[in-house]
Amino acid sequence: MSAAEQPAAVLEVREVTKRYGHGRRDTLRALDGVDLTLHRGEILALVGESGSGKSTLAKILAGSTSQTSGQVLCDGVEITARRHSTARRRIQMVFQDPYSSLNPRMTVRSALSEVLRVHRVVPREQIAEELSRLMSLVGLDDSALDAYPSQFSGGQRQRIAIARALAVRPDILIADEPVSALDVSVQATILDLFESLRSELGLSVLFIAHNLAVVQHLADRIAVMYLGRIAEVAQTDTLFASPEHPYTQALIASVPRMRPRDLEQPPALDGEPPSPIHLPTGCRFNPRCAYAQPTCLIDEPALERVAEGHSVACWFAGQLQQAPTKQSEEFA
Amino acid sequence: MSVVALSRTVEPLLSVQHLTIGIPSSGGGHATLVRDVSFEVGPGVRYGLVGESGSGKSMTLKAIAGLLPRGVEVLEGEIHFDGDDVLTMSPHERRRIMGPRMAMIFQEPMTALNPTTRVGKQIAEGPRRHLGLSKADAQELAVDMIRRTGIPDPARRARAYPHELSGGLRQRIMIAMALSCKPALVLCDEPTTALDVTVQDQVLRLLAQLCDDMGSALTFVTHDLAVVSQTCSRLSVMYAGRIMEEGNVREVYEAPQHPYTEALFQSAPDFDDPGRRLAPIPGLPPSLTDPPPGCPFAPRCQYAIESCSTGSKPLVEVRHRHLSACDLADQIFGGTR
Ligand SMILES: Nc1ncnc2c1ncn2[C@@H]1O[C@H](COP(=O)(O)OP(=O)(O)O)[C@@H](O)[C@H]1O
Ligand SMILES: Nc1ncnc2c1ncn2[C@@H]1O[C@H](COP(=O)(O)OP(=O)(O)O)[C@@H](O)[C@H]1O
Ligand code: SF4
Ligand SMILES: [Mg+2]
Ligand SMILES: [Mg+2]
Repeated sequence: MSAAEQPAAVLEVREVTKRYGHGRRDTLRALDGVDLTLHRGEILALVGESGSGKSTLAKILAGSTSQTSGQVLCDGVEITARRHSTARRRIQMVFQDPYSSLNPRMTVRSALSEVLRVHRVVPREQIAEELSRLMSLVGLDDSALDAYPSQFSGGQRQRIAIARALAVRPDILIADEPVSALDVSVQATILDLFESLRSELGLSVLFIAHNLAVVQHLADRIAVMYLGRIAEVAQTDTLFASPEHPYTQALIASVPRMRPRDLEQPPALDGEPPSPIHLPTGCRFNPRCAYAQPTCLIDEPALERVAEGHSVACWFAGQLQQAPTKQSEEFA
Repeated sequence: MSVVALSRTVEPLLSVQHLTIGIPSSGGGHATLVRDVSFEVGPGVRYGLVGESGSGKSMTLKAIAGLLPRGVEVLEGEIHFDGDDVLTMSPHERRRIMGPRMAMIFQEPMTALNPTTRVGKQIAEGPRRHLGLSKADAQELAVDMIRRTGIPDPARRARAYPHELSGGLRQRIMIAMALSCKPALVLCDEPTTALDVTVQDQVLRLLAQLCDDMGSALTFVTHDLAVVSQTCSRLSVMYAGRIMEEGNVREVYEAPQHPYTEALFQSAPDFDDPGRRLAPIPGLPPSLTDPPPGCPFAPRCQYAIESCSTGSKPLVEVRHRHLSACDLADQIFGGTR
């Protein structure tokens, strides 16, 4: 993307924090100053270890919880959890477990019709037609309308949950680990579906996942989260070809590969993330970082631009010797 | 190559023959969860059982460990471990081998750890009972095992309760416990599926290294093709309760000999080949109560011809030490029998 055609931001997250707990000492900082922009019509992946705050950010964006501080802007206008119904409709969520958004006692037809009626998406007489349109959007047959959620396989159920999210005609989808519970042969069909929703409906998608091979395949850009902050964000190709943050480098080196590699080597990263209740001072990655210097123990690095569309929160971004990202070449 | 040739002459440590597991029901429609599964694991070999959910991996492993859930039974077949018939063992004999000779690691270590006992003491229990170590020696061994799993400050960690540890540390404790008596065979069921990718990488390396150090063989169940490739040297691919293909990991990955294995690889994103289009497998696995005749993959197979849906499809050697349950393997993949 050249500077001339700057992509438009549909969602902007500015300095967002989220704290849980009351006591001053026991505050858990789930989000600790997150900056992130979702561009119109893109699939932006959010990856990071469990507990890094991905779901918390998703819930704030979808309006199901509010941030402690910071702003969320939609098309430049601030939105909060108590948002106007049009803003609520624009941003819809898809979860890992499709059951969480489907009523087991309602057929797909009655559940979706209810959504269409409540939100007055189409006039009553067009509901039947709209239901067919939704089914074809998610690649299901009209006959699926008369079944109950339990009668579907996991992949089909996820399609129905997506149809339910699409029913109110959102332009932004927040998908929290939508393929994590699916078998790989089914996962591919749901990834295809997200790709077609983006290309055919022009949806903007924030796609949360922990499988790097999946997001490498699907996303235009990737944001890497670590302990409540964005460590690095870049175009997908750039992130895998030249990761700048030591955590991103370790994450990439840790991905299990189809081609065997040498298990005698030490792992890319030692230890586990510390608790978000007792964050280290300075860079929050410093206890696990092989490159940490005295500065890193004192001051927290900000997310800084290192190149067009590539930002990194590390004091030494651009200066680190790059970790091998394609270990399999040794075996070629 | 010499290792492979040798292992044929060595007695297998674990031998599973024609294992069929099901839920017998008086009402007729009984479900067969695992059907006619046979494989062998040699001493010190790391062996993978891979397949999608519901393919029967866990049931196979549970049958070996004698941990089948109530109502689920071995209907046919034999399991020999170190020459002993596992299925006819008394509960007493079984307890004598579970731990010192054969150990199990689960996906969620909390299911196997006692929440009210310090982890060091839990690790020491096996060596005390089975190796006859004194309390002090067993405790020392426990701390040493914790150290060998790479946990810093092992003496202090030995005094922790399971809930005080992170998921990754708990799984290391499980590994320390499983390996504390140097078992000949370690059974693992998705041991890293609940862990983050950086921790998974640590735990897989640790497991491989400790098994090598102790000379333990591994039977490793996972749904993740990449994890199996990282960990095992030989594997079986399961589908609908049956083995579709068996071979050395490298050979199966480079030249699969069953259409299901091929389709599985084509549907999975490969980190080293990101541009490739993913091809989903259309359709669903067959019902276990009313399986179709012939090859269970036939209804979804792009190569299927009429004869695929009739007769039994035994696992036959299509290349050296590489077996396929597809009648057409030679035609499709050009096997050199
Ligand atoms: N309702 C809550 N109350 C207290 N802590 C929470 C709550 N929800 C999440 N957390 C904590 O916030 C942190 C981030 O959690 P989450 O956003 O779910 O991370 P992720 O989705 O990346 O795994 C974790 O430490 C989690 O335990
Ligand atoms: N406790 C149980 N009782 C009856 N059937 C079960 C039980 N557990 C699993 N099954 C069924 O047995 C089949 C094989 O399951 P399993 O071995 O757990 O598969 P995998 O480990 O490959 O995912 C599945 O169809 C599953 O639904
Ligand atoms: S700022 Fe320092 S500690 Fe943090 S990632 Fe960079 S080098 Fe490592
Ligand atoms: Mg989450
Ligand atoms: Mg299982």
